[in-house]
Amino acid sequence: MTGDTAAEPDRSVLLDIYRRANLIYQADEKFRTMIMGGQLQIIYYSPRGQEILSAALMAALNPDDYLVTTYRGVHDQLAKGIPPRDLWAEFAGKKTGTCKGKGGPMHITHPETGVMVTTGIVGSGLPIANGLALASQLEGDGKVTVVCFGDAASNIGAFHESLNMAQIWKLPVIFVCQNNLYGEHTPQAMSTGAKELIDRAPGYGIKGVQVNGNDAFAMYQAASEAAARARAGEGPTFIEAKTFRFFGHLLGDDSHYIPKEEMAAAKLADPIPGYRKALLERQVSEAELDAIDAEIAEVVAEAAAHALASDYPDTDEIRIDVLGMEIAA
Amino acid sequence: MNAETPVKAKKINFAQAINLAMDEAMAADKRVILLGEDIADGQGGGVFTATKGLSTKYGVARVRSTPISEQAIVGAAVGAAIVGYRPVAEIMLMNFITVAMDQVVNHAAKLRFMSGGQTSVPLTIRTATGAGVGFGGQHSDMLEAWFAHVPGLKVVTASNPADAKGLLLACIQDDDPCIFIENTASYGVSGPAPEPGYVVPLGKATVAREGSDVTVIGYGAVIGHALAVAKEMEADGVSVEVIDLRTIAPYDEAAVLASVGKTKRAVVVHEAVRKFGVGAEISALIHEHLFDELKAPVQRVGSAYAPVPFSPALEKAYLYSRDDIAAAIHKTMGR
Ligand SMILES: Cc1ncc(C[n+]2csc(CCOP(=O)(O)OP(=O)(O)O)c2C)c(N)n1
Ligand SMILES: [Mg+2]
Repeated sequence: MTGDTAAEPDRSVLLDIYRRANLIYQADEKFRTMIMGGQLQIIYYSPRGQEILSAALMAALNPDDYLVTTYRGVHDQLAKGIPPRDLWAEFAGKKTGTCKGKGGPMHITHPETGVMVTTGIVGSGLPIANGLALASQLEGDGKVTVVCFGDAASNIGAFHESLNMAQIWKLPVIFVCQNNLYGEHTPQAMSTGAKELIDRAPGYGIKGVQVNGNDAFAMYQAASEAAARARAGEGPTFIEAKTFRFFGHLLGDDSHYIPKEEMAAAKLADPIPGYRKALLERQVSEAELDAIDAEIAEVVAEAAAHALASDYPDTDEIRIDVLGMEIAA
Repeated sequence: MNAETPVKAKKINFAQAINLAMDEAMAADKRVILLGEDIADGQGGGVFTATKGLSTKYGVARVRSTPISEQAIVGAAVGAAIVGYRPVAEIMLMNFITVAMDQVVNHAAKLRFMSGGQTSVPLTIRTATGAGVGFGGQHSDMLEAWFAHVPGLKVVTASNPADAKGLLLACIQDDDPCIFIENTASYGVSGPAPEPGYVVPLGKATVAREGSDVTVIGYGAVIGHALAVAKEMEADGVSVEVIDLRTIAPYDEAAVLASVGKTKRAVVVHEAVRKFGVGAEISALIHEHLFDELKAPVQRVGSAYAPVPFSPALEKAYLYSRDDIAAAIHKTMGR
């Protein structure tokens, strides 16, 4: 783990992380409520437990940096800045969604906020992230590409090809492995020969950093350093960020394969109240945080209502965006 | 050109034509970049020398020899393409695309649609294949039907060097992902050179030979064989029209229907395995539209239902032949 404590980020950064994390937290709660209540019929991969990781990571980036993420991507997408109402409408399959309802929860794209690809195929974001980073390198635009994926994704071929290629070409890319210790129902130790995922990095000559992703301070520092390296032309970084997911692989999963003590310990270390406590210890007032929470609650409620009230896409959309030219009716 | 002073037409082979298309594209647009195994001059300019000289001319930042990592190659092309680059990825042989199918099928083909039109993927994959060179089962498959069956991909192949240049340039300039298939055995085959700037529009077939009795529809190396058979048939009093699709997907349905609407007979030919091939789609289209007018059922010619064999004797048994084309034509003529 990165132990050396750099100077703490500014108060404005700390509040920014709080805001992003709690937008994720409240949005996730609302999504789950709506799904359980039958208002949304979607397969849902809850990011509950991974909010701080994502909030601190995205706070360390520039708004126009690129992001590639996965089916478990709500936290990354909201933290990167996608307007909640656009995201919500896409989850509901409505024409007002980020992708006109044609992508859905697993395929969110929003170039305005740098969210370039969301993939439902494990590990497939990494090769694409290299391409985005290659374009930035050739263009000299100073952008960094961040690609998020899970621990289990480190066992698929694309992961290995990508780390290698990024390193030999010194691409400005950050590989962020959100290690929540399980891939579907299989624990890391059962699926992965390497003891620690960070151990994969030296095999490719790539800089590796292991960090507690649920610690906003450590995560922000690791991400900031990796971004600075990338922008300086020093190449890619592999960040293994340890975290945990509280609602299993997908909503409805009862987590029977997770030992009760492990789950209890993880919940005890819930990063959301933990970060709030950390801010209170730093002279941020309850009132200030409550005000942010209330503001977010309004945004989330409005986003959900907007999604439900929006129309479905016209059926003619089936012929549009398949190719550059419209497909004949 | 002055008609009274015939100049000896300049010749060019497939490898040179393909090189020319990339050269022109790179000169015109700095966002055209090349990725592939051994493609830079330091590594030989590509195993078929299709990229020879380009890294020297445009630099190794734009002409990049890659590790043997097909997923990473195609994925990098996808990523660069969605932010405006026009990557040309060389996948040495078509069978090697199988290890990058996820990037081709789940990403390149679908990102435009799934993003609601926000990210298009203007990449080109160049890849060589075809039997007849003794590579055996894993280096020779014609897999065009696989890709043609994926909405969002364009599949293109040329029957002559000039078209190869014009079609590849069109692929690179196109805003959709294109699979450009090259014939391994044909790189050294020459034909008339195209004028500079020559582009062949995608999605447009051409009438390679006019005829009135039967239409032969094909693409790529098939066209040379079909033209030879057509010439022989002329002596028998059979007038054969040959349609070169050039773009396999999406194909020029209007051109196919116009020709068969005229001749009332059709034979579809491809090197790929006959069963479940492109020929089945084209035959079905013709039957759906022209059933009442047809003078005979549409015939399909293709290769045998087997992996491409190594032994020359077996390879011959596997491959479609000119005799097969002639027999199919005769069958439509009721002979
Ligand atoms: C190539 C591929 N194989 C299998 C799946 C099914 N699948 C979806 S998520 C998942 C587990 C991935 O675990 P991990 O990478 O740790 O990410 P997490 O879900 O824990 O965030 C699997 C097997 C898939 N989507 N893609
Ligand atoms: Mg996991």
